[in-house]
Amino acid sequence: MGLLEKFLQIDRRWIFLAIAIAVVVPFFLPMGLPVVVTKPVRDLYNAVDAIPPNSEPLFISVDYAPSTIPELDPMTLAVLRHAFSKDIRVVALTLDPAGYGLAERALESVAREYGKERNKDYVYLGFQPGIAAVVLGMGTDIKGVFPEDAYGTPLSEIPMMDGIRNYDQIPLLITMASSGVIEAWVIYAHQPYGARIGAGVTAVMATDYYPFLDTGQLVGLLGGMRGAAEYEELIKHPDAGVRGMDSQSVIHVLIIVLIVLGNIAYFGSKKRSQEAKEPAA
Amino acid sequence: MQVTLIWATLAAILTLAVYSFLYKDNPFYKFAEHLVVGVSAAYYLVIYYYNFIDPNVISPIFKLEFGGAPIRILGMQWWMALIPGLLGLLLYARFFPKIGWVSRWALGIYVGGYSGLEIAPVMQARVLDQIRGGSLPLVVPHDPSTSFTNILLVVGLLGTLTYFFFSLKHKGVLGVLARIGIVYIMVGFGASFGYTVMSRISLLIGRVDFLRQVADSWIQWLAT
Repeated sequence: MGLLEKFLQIDRRWIFLAIAIAVVVPFFLPMGLPVVVTKPVRDLYNAVDAIPPNSEPLFISVDYAPSTIPELDPMTLAVLRHAFSKDIRVVALTLDPAGYGLAERALESVAREYGKERNKDYVYLGFQPGIAAVVLGMGTDIKGVFPEDAYGTPLSEIPMMDGIRNYDQIPLLITMASSGVIEAWVIYAHQPYGARIGAGVTAVMATDYYPFLDTGQLVGLLGGMRGAAEYEELIKHPDAGVRGMDSQSVIHVLIIVLIVLGNIAYFGSKKRSQEAKEPAA
Repeated sequence: MQVTLIWATLAAILTLAVYSFLYKDNPFYKFAEHLVVGVSAAYYLVIYYYNFIDPNVISPIFKLEFGGAPIRILGMQWWMALIPGLLGLLLYARFFPKIGWVSRWALGIYVGGYSGLEIAPVMQARVLDQIRGGSLPLVVPHDPSTSFTNILLVVGLLGTLTYFFFSLKHKGVLGVLARIGIVYIMVGFGASFGYTVMSRISLLIGRVDFLRQVADSWIQWLAT
């Protein structure tokens, strides 16, 4: 068996090991590779930045489950840090039952960092099932859909929510989504009510939502860990997103090398077997 | 020792148990897998019961309150909870073959309602706005970069649409456009693949970062 055939039949566990090393090493030997900010991320940053402090709140819908924490948690934290650092009020909610604790954790931890008070600087509405009904209902009466916050306080008793009736009083709503719920925000909030929607999605979903970006149905888009890293760069608060980008770059180089070697081995061995089959001239 | 460190350590052990599958299937992986399935099922059941079934069906029907919270209006709330609740129950009729057909009533209302809700806005978001977005000027005066991008986009749009136009044979101009279309489709698949790799690797990076944090916490705890 030649070297090419051996390479094609390599035990895939060696590849797993190579990937593991490529991920782990940059954590201990950071390379500090630059993160270039792209337009969709900058657009979302500018949209958040344009919200006046201590006025109508930014809404963040934490629509993801624990399985996508590495990609979407850094985005949520970065956007919350941006908002709180500029004294922008925040209302968080979730349309994913598994997002209930994640939204609360992110909100509470960043609020603590910036000394923000619940029901004064931010409100947590909690989870409400029935995605389409919730998004449509918020277009007419937010307090009808969420009569109470996540801790049982009626919204009518929270001063921060005074005058917040529907999407007309929401300068921007950002959904951090690991599922098609982002489309519900576009279809039921942007289309009928003209709500301004921004989004953070997992990288695997990002290509699906670029058409919404190009048509102005989304204000901005963060795609995967890279999107989070770019946002962290913009707010000058590097965290998990930036920390992961070195490993991400090393892994991509490794995968490109493996793809190239795999193709060389495949076509090389194919050519060799064809030559072996041909009768000697 | 902090309670959070105990939980974090447990989570780290479970993470390693799941990754042990990469070497080969083993009882540690099986244990972690079953634990995830069981905990998830219980979590979703509780969340949905207390956030959906109880406030929208059980409470309005069985815990009627006179002069309660403003949304608990007697009569309206009662009927509005009972009718959808019964329709929901009808869905389970399919488990009984003799009356299984009854479940179609509820399904019919559900499908009809959603279709009515979706058709117009989906048409707007997915078709009309996309046509508007694709209708770009091919020449933008004094802006060669935008002109080039617009030409690329429009050619790609026409090529891809042509590739999926099966009523005429892909020959001549149509054939050229369809061939351009397949190139664009392949580039699209490539971009999707690249993003998918990034997404999956991000999950691994997240776990490695978590394991590192747990190890750091242990070192700090041992040092104190």
